Order: sequence, then structure tokens, then C-alpha cells
Amino acid sequence: MSNSPLTPGIVAGRLPPEAYAHNFGDHEPPFDRHEARVAADRCYFCHDAPCITACPTSIDIPLFIRQIATGTPEAAATTIWSQNILGGICARVCPTETLCEEACVREAAEGKPVEIGRLQRYATDVAMGKGMHPFTRAAATGKRVVVVGAGPAGLACAHRLAMHGHDVVVLERRAKAGGLNEYGIASYKATGGFAQREVDWLLQIGGIEIRNGVELGRDVTLAALEAEYDAVFLGIGLAGMNALRAVGEDLAGVRDAVDFIAELRQTEDLSRLAVGRDVVVIGGGMTAVDAAVQAKLLGAENVTIVYRRGQEKMSASGYEQDHAAQAGVRIIHNAAPVRVLGNGSAEAVEFAYTSDGPNGLVLSSETFTLKADQVFKAIGQTLTGAPEGLAVAGGKLAGPSGKVWVGGDCAAGGEDLTVTAVAEGRDAAEAIHTILLAG
Amino acid sequence: MADLSSNFIGIKSPNPFWLASAPPTDKKYNVERAFEAGWGGVVWKTLGAEGPPIVNVNGPRYGAIWGADRRLLGLNNIELITDRPLEVNLQEIKEVKRKWKDRALVISLMVPCDEESWKDILKRIEDTEADGVELNFGCPHGMAERGMGSAVGQVPEYIEMVTRWVKQYSRMPCIVKLTPNVTSILPPALAANRGGADAVSLINTIKSITNVDLDAFSPFPMIDGKGSHGGYCGPAVKPIALNMVAEIARHEETRGLPISGIGGVTTWRDAAEFMALGAGNVQVCTAAMTYGFKIVQEMISGLSQYLDEKQMSLNDLIGRAVPNFVEWQHLNLNYVTKAQIDQDLCISCGRCYAACEDTSHQAIAMSPDRVFTVKDDECVACNLCVDVCPVDNCITMRELPKGSVDLRTGKVVGDYANWTTHPNNPMARAAE
Repeated sequence: MSNSPLTPGIVAGRLPPEAYAHNFGDHEPPFDRHEARVAADRCYFCHDAPCITACPTSIDIPLFIRQIATGTPEAAATTIWSQNILGGICARVCPTETLCEEACVREAAEGKPVEIGRLQRYATDVAMGKGMHPFTRAAATGKRVVVVGAGPAGLACAHRLAMHGHDVVVLERRAKAGGLNEYGIASYKATGGFAQREVDWLLQIGGIEIRNGVELGRDVTLAALEAEYDAVFLGIGLAGMNALRAVGEDLAGVRDAVDFIAELRQTEDLSRLAVGRDVVVIGGGMTAVDAAVQAKLLGAENVTIVYRRGQEKMSASGYEQDHAAQAGVRIIHNAAPVRVLGNGSAEAVEFAYTSDGPNGLVLSSETFTLKADQVFKAIGQTLTGAPEGLAVAGGKLAGPSGKVWVGGDCAAGGEDLTVTAVAEGRDAAEAIHTILLAG
Repeated sequence: MADLSSNFIGIKSPNPFWLASAPPTDKKYNVERAFEAGWGGVVWKTLGAEGPPIVNVNGPRYGAIWGADRRLLGLNNIELITDRPLEVNLQEIKEVKRKWKDRALVISLMVPCDEESWKDILKRIEDTEADGVELNFGCPHGMAERGMGSAVGQVPEYIEMVTRWVKQYSRMPCIVKLTPNVTSILPPALAANRGGADAVSLINTIKSITNVDLDAFSPFPMIDGKGSHGGYCGPAVKPIALNMVAEIARHEETRGLPISGIGGVTTWRDAAEFMALGAGNVQVCTAAMTYGFKIVQEMISGLSQYLDEKQMSLNDLIGRAVPNFVEWQHLNLNYVTKAQIDQDLCISCGRCYAACEDTSHQAIAMSPDRVFTVKDDECVACNLCVDVCPVDNCITMRELPKGSVDLRTGKVVGDYANWTTHPNNPMARAAE
């Protein structure tokens, strides 16, 4: 007998086989040519446009939109990639509602911003579809740079360095490049293997060698890299997971949300991926939403996000919260897990209501219990494996030191976003380039 | 509801909205659909002389330009006059007029520029019971090469001559349709007036190439790799048409000559503007070709609402703006305004700033937090900021009261004074 959303426990195949392709298709369908032209026509071509300021990579948005409007999406893509070489994935995963589109004057005017993200996707899709890669390498400099971590920061750094004529080796501990683009974001935001396609496209610049399965600290030391290369860029992300520190955290069925997402992203046939009947996600960020929505899309009957503070403190954007709600996910605010109940494997989670006052978060004596055969922890990632000798501030790598530059989620400053990582990788590459040329 | 019934040179129609002589009026089927939709009248697509029917191209007849969302702004056509046999048209006109007695039905005519041809065609249409004729001296493409259409309309003497023939051989009211493809619309209008025209209608289409195919390197519409100029119409030509209508309406010799306004009329508002500048009624084509005949319902409801709100009759509206259409030299040079930006409406797009700073008078300040303000000591009141602002009414022009000081010039705002008495004018007359 086949499984259904009502089947108890953590099981696969809760949905009819055809449902998976539908559920995990494009979250937001791409524009066709006409839709793109119409959307582009809405741009006012603002002076010193607020959307550019709001974009961590400072893409010249009015210019690329005008290029779309005049029938040259290829030129638009070049404008985008000149600032953000991962403009394709950023078009899909950026929380545009809190960045460029929030700053759009039409958001102020009528609550309907120009659809910048979708337009960016249109332009980059068209240009990638034509096999266009509008960058070439400068004359070889003979300098060699190692990039640790093939996530957005590392890839952006590597591309910009290669473009300037340096030879780049990228060390990546995982089997594939892409970082969170490949392992960490919801599947419906990067359909059709987009993350890998984009990596392949990016590597067309040449001069970049990716070595998979190499981990800093385990397989190679920072000192050795510094000795071998002219410069080092660390974009190692946040590999550690915060613990619940609640009784029962070690019961079967309790796991990190990022592991679930990574497994889902690497699963070819989603009907074979097990998911609980009653899923509880603990956290309030994008990872919590991505895990919760995808659990629902896999056929879980009840999915609940529980966040310990108020709705206004959730780091998932309003748009993401709405998306979760539309997918049928319930969101409970102001409740913290007290313990996970179960005998060998999780059966329920007991929560206490909280109040967020001047003395911090206080758990009240009032509790409630949610059925849960699967519990995802999405309460933040931490820096692990920071090489000795590098300054750490606020749990993050503090900044460049000697031959070592840092960027992306592991580095201090900026939000933990793909687009921020790209900006930091790009800027580090420019800084490295300046120093290498001077040296 | 305001009374929209119209009497234009004795031709009555339930409203002043007629369809212009063009593809929408080329046969009974279309015209009846138009009447069913509510159009007050039609000018039947131009009939030619007896003989083998006109031949049209078999490739694209129209080219267009568009605004946002492919909103059609301008249309260009290379279609010729009717390509149906004369007898068929005459029969259908008769049938339609008999069935739709309350609607205006005017026949557009274009025959070679000789007396016999005109005498003959006027005789042929006599028993159709049509309400009038419109002389097509306007078509700028195809027929003009054969010495008709705008080829006649560009020579005032021909206009006068043919108009005289028409008045001599027909008792029908005669409207002379003018071409805008002239350096001044006045000589043709004066000629029509001298020839005894009961009215003029304008504008016909403007010679144009809408675009060039950048792969085939041919103007568009493209026929087998070649393009010919067409006649341009639609919303884009309205400003040109308004000016020509107004010039005729205010000229001392043609003042009072009835005018049928044509050129980009798309909404009731356009129609009201034409009428305010002197048109007794309007003719519509492109709007109908873009949206279908139903648009007349909006024109009817809109114009009557406007007249009701203004407590005016249709006749009160006609020509009401003509006295205010003056030459530049009569504009008040002591009328001083300054742009002002409504900060509550401003969405901080900065277009006013870019326009003013880059291309005008550097009269708008931009603060680091994107607040835009007008510098009164620099603003010449050119209105460019108003025109480029995407928010309606966000930037407006504020009139400086008399006696106040214009911070730009340091001068006190005085009484009306124009160029004719200005000290900088070498031809100035001393103020009396």
C-alpha cells in the first residue's frame, strides 16, 4: 500500500508520483519576451536610482531594464554580470522584497515595485541560453591565488581574479561547487540544475581549477596555502549548527534543517525522500521557511514553524512568510522549545510561550505540545574550522590579514545573503588584484 | 445627460462622433456595426471614378509605433481608396441610409482633377440619399502619385477649382478634407472657403515611415523588401491636428467656417479638445481600428458628463478655446510661475532632477536622502519637470502674485505686458 500525507512516521512517497514535479517546479515562472517588455516598461529610469543603492552588488538596474525594454536582453545580462557574476542565481534567490524592490520608487508610489528580480532572471536566462559569456581574461600575470570554498563568495572572487589574468585554484570540501546555491536553498528557487549550470557557465572564463573534496584544516593548512600561493581567499561559509540545548535533541527524527535541504537538493527522485507526517521547524529565518515549505511540498500533513520571538523579528522576509503560509505552513511566534518528547524517536515537542523584554527572552510557565515525528532545527549556523591566527569578531572572520582575504557568510559585515557574498568575493578579488599588481 | 445631438452644416446626427473615411467605413457590414455600436455618423470610404476597381498591395498595409505594453500610439497606412466596384458601394450606401435615417452618412470622393470626372461622380451618387460629400484632397500615398488626393490638396488653386465644381454640380453639403502635408494649413483652407466649401475636415494623414526593418533594411510596412511612405494617424498626430484646426478657427477669413476635427481622437477628452478649438464635430478612425467600435460609448458618456459638470451645451463648447489661442508675442511676459514639488506625492525617482540638472536650468536641488526641491532663484518655469514626473499633479506650477519678487530676476511681478511693448524688442511700440 502506498503512503499518504496521513501515514505516520518519516516515510517517502506520500504523494502521487506526478505531484513532485509540479510541487518542485519553478516557484515563480520566468517571464516570456512580452511579459519582460511590459515589466521593463514600468521602470522610471530613476536618477541615481535607489534600487542600485539597495543592491549589495550595485547592479545598474535601470540601465539593464532599459536594455531589456529596447530588445537587447544580452546587453542587459552584461550589465548585470559586470557587477554580479552570479546574477542568474541571485535573480532567483535574492530577497528582492527587502532589497532592490523594496527601494523601487514604484513600491513607494503604488505598492507594486518593478519586478527587478524576474527581469534580471529573464536577461541572464536569455544570454546564458545563447551561450554568451561576455568576459575574457586579461594577459596572464603569473600570479596564483587560492580560493577556499566554492560558494558564491569564492566563485565570484575566482571569476574576477581569473578575469584579471591570475591563475586560480578553488578548494571545495564538498563534491560539487556552488555552496549554498547547490546545497542550501529551496529546490523550487533553482530548478533545472541551475546552480551547476551557472558554475559551468562561470568557469568558461578559464584559468580556474576547482579541486573538490579538499577541506581546510583537514587536508591542507592555511600556512601551507600562504606559502604556496600569492594570495588566499577564504569563503568557507558557516559550517557549524546551533544546538537547541533542549532535552531530547538527540532523539531520532531531530535534525538540522540545512542537512535536510542539502539532502533534498541532491535527491534526484523526490518520491524517495522521506518526510514526517507532523513536521516542526524551529527557527525564524529563510532556512526555516525553505525547510518547512519543502516538507509540506513533499507531502507532510502538518508543518509548523515555531519561532521564539515575535513576527517582526523573523529574519525571513514578509514575502517568505506569506509564501510559507500559502503553502499551508503554520507559523507560531513567541514560543521556544523546552524538550523533545519521544521514546527513541521524536513524537512531539513541548514549547513554552516567551516574552521578549528588556531582560531578554523569558520563558513563561505556560506550555503547549505539538505532535512531531520530524523536527528540523533552523536556529542559525556558526563559523567552524576558522584557521588559527585569524581574528574572529562576533563569531565571524574579521577581515583581511596579510595574504589572506575573507568573504561571504564566514566574514564579518553584511547580511548572510548570496548577493552579499558575491559582492564581498568580487571586492576581495579587486583588492587582491591591486596588491598583486603593486607587488 | 447632456444633449449631444449635433447639426453640422445641416447634417444631423445623434452625437458628434463620426467615423472618418477609412477602412472602418468601406462597406455596409462595417458601417451597420458602427451604427449599432452608437456612432453618430460615418464618412464612407472614398469612392473613385467608374472603372476597373483600385488595386491594393497584398502585403502589410499598416505600420505602427507603440508605447508601453504595446499601446498603439501611431498608425501608418498605405491602403488606397475603396477597391470595391462603384455600383456595389452606391447600392450599399443607399441601403444603409434608408435603414439608419437618424445617422449622418457622408460620401468621400476622389476622382481625377477634371470637371467631367467630378460632374460624373456627383451625378452617380445623387440618388443614394447620402447627407453630403467630403472631397478627399488628403491621401498622401498612392493616389497622390496619380495626381489625386494630397496632390490636389497641396495646390490651393486646385482645391478652389474642384470645390467650385462640386458646389456647381451638387446641392449636397460639401466638406473639403485637407492634407497636413503642407507648410501652412491656411492657404488650402482659404482656398476651400473661396471655392464655397460648407466645411473643411482635417487632418488627413501625414506622410511617414513608421520604422525601418534593421535586418532587411527596408522601411515598414515592407512589401517584398521595399517600403513606401504611408499616411500617419493615431494619438501621435493629435497635437499637429489640434494646431491646424485652431489656426483655421482663429483666422479672420476662415473664422466661423465649420470644421470637422480629425487626427488621433481616441477618447471623449480628445474630442472635447478639438471642439473647444473650433471643431463642430470629430471624426475617428485609428481608435476604432485599435479597440473596435465600442469605444464610442465611452466618448458619449464622457462628453456628456463633462458638459453636465460644466453646465454647457455642445454649442457652448465649440470654439470656446479659440479666443485663447494667440500668437507668442501676445503672451503675458509678466506671468511668473515657479515649479513646486508636493513632497507627500513625490516618490523620489529623481527624474525631475536629472532633466533639470542635465538639460535645463539646474533649478532642482537633491538632498542626500533624496528629497527634491525647487530653487526659486533658478527656476524659469519651463515645465520640463512637470512633464517628466511620473506622478500626476506631484509637480505643479505656482503663480507668483503681482507685487511679489521673482527671486530669479529680482524683479517685481507686474501687470500684463507682452513682447510687442518689451524694451528688448527693437520693434516695440511705446506703451500707451
